[in-house]
Amino acid sequence: MALLEAQGIVSGYEEMEILHGVSITVEQGQIVTIIGPNGAGKSTLLKTIFGLLPPRAGRVTFEGRDITGWSPERIVRQGICFVPQTENVFPSLTVEENLEMGAFILTEDLRARKERVYELFPVLRARRAQRVGKMSGGERQMVAMGRALMLDPKVLLLDEPSAGLAPKMVELVFEKIKEINRAGVSIVMVEQNAKEALKFSDHGYVLAAGENRFDDAGPALLHNEEIGRLYLGG
Amino acid sequence: MLELIVYGIIYGSIIALGAIGVTLIYGILRFANFAHGDLMSLGAYMALFLIQVLFPMLGVPQERFGGTSFGWPLILALPLAAAGTALVAIALDQFFYRPLRVRRASPVILAMASLGAAFIVRNLIYIFWGPDKINYFPGLVRPAWQLPFEVRLRPDELIIFGVALVLVVSLYLFLQKTKLGKAMRATADNPDLARITGINTEWVRIWTWIIGAGLAAIAGILYGVNALLYPEMGWGFLLPLFAAAILGTVGNPYGALVGGLIIGIVQRFSTLWLNPAYQPAVAFLVLIVVLLVRPQGLFGGRS
Repeated sequence: MALLEAQGIVSGYEEMEILHGVSITVEQGQIVTIIGPNGAGKSTLLKTIFGLLPPRAGRVTFEGRDITGWSPERIVRQGICFVPQTENVFPSLTVEENLEMGAFILTEDLRARKERVYELFPVLRARRAQRVGKMSGGERQMVAMGRALMLDPKVLLLDEPSAGLAPKMVELVFEKIKEINRAGVSIVMVEQNAKEALKFSDHGYVLAAGENRFDDAGPALLHNEEIGRLYLGG
Repeated sequence: MLELIVYGIIYGSIIALGAIGVTLIYGILRFANFAHGDLMSLGAYMALFLIQVLFPMLGVPQERFGGTSFGWPLILALPLAAAGTALVAIALDQFFYRPLRVRRASPVILAMASLGAAFIVRNLIYIFWGPDKINYFPGLVRPAWQLPFEVRLRPDELIIFGVALVLVVSLYLFLQKTKLGKAMRATADNPDLARITGINTEWVRIWTWIIGAGLAAIAGILYGVNALLYPEMGWGFLLPLFAAAILGTVGNPYGALVGGLIIGIVQRFSTLWLNPAYQPAVAFLVLIVVLLVRPQGLFGGRS
């Protein structure tokens, strides 16, 4: 049984339909990357899986349970966390408060969980009392990922984690994603930086115009000439 | 001069209590609550009912504290009227604002709805208590202390300031130290992210009303202790409340505190040159200047 499965998702905003029946499957422990041109519906797919947009058709199942149409508040409790592409931190709160908000639904002592995040992102430990609004894009991305990890999710949904970051920072963020995955968290991410991301992805999906185009193991997609020409810029 | 500063701080601390509610509601519920001034009146009149009708029937001791104009009835009325006003605010939210929110109404629609709520509350006050100016404790002489630098201060005023100070410090500790307080700040920062994170935003909204309306009620009562009650009293506060909230950067409760004190002092100082009746116009003037010169307020980094 797949860990997370979306089948025939039809979704969009208001009268505009963006996804016309997209399916993806995530197995336990995988890194799955979704690529495709702008407007293909990659972010829309993540938002629909996470319950931020109600699907008009299709089914989302997690650990065999049908979670189609559930609210984000409920989905979070099942062990799926989402890091949006922009505005993914609370700017007027400190690093530590951002992490605490990530575990809002828990009543237990959070020290051990915070400690784990600080071990993954040591730079955050030094700046724990600083307001996130004053930090750089890369640091904010770490705070956003750390906040999502506070719940110890089974699946992490990442919307363009490398967007707008300096090349060095992109490399670091990808390293961290691999490290999070090694700790047992399955990853679903949307990426513009397709070549780099597919290298370490177990599986990749190519979306175009709201439909599945290709899917294959990550490195295999990289070596597919047609995909290289059409979607990876040669 | 010094006397005007002292009076300004006392008056400003009443404005601040109201403005904190305006700014929290704006930050978290995302609309300008034009009914906030009338929540102040409602709290003041609920306290009046308790002090003049219910407590005498229950036999609450009526002796005054030394030098002040009030005794136990007022102390008891403060939390009870705050709770009553909070309940009314929650009811307004559930039956009035929530249906609009669910339909994703724009902030302007919600603000207009709150204007309607303001008229309802004010007219209920007219119906039950009439249009007269009323004193909590009629016929009492309230002697003032003669302090250095020609400052005259009544014990009442000192206590008004003390109550406001205790409430503001408690609010600060609540927002900084408690999980719910942090969740309120987080929701004010980014309501969508708060939802994604699993914060119970509906609960946060209810607590925002409890705190905002409770503080408004206490501000109304404190004003009543210092002056007189009349149905339009809260409506007259609306302009200073919004001027203070905007001056202190909308959404920032600490900014609203500073804004309230500044507006209070400026209004009192204006009486050196202007007829005191023009004080609301002075708040309006400050509001215009802030919007022209620094629309993001004193503490806004982003415009």
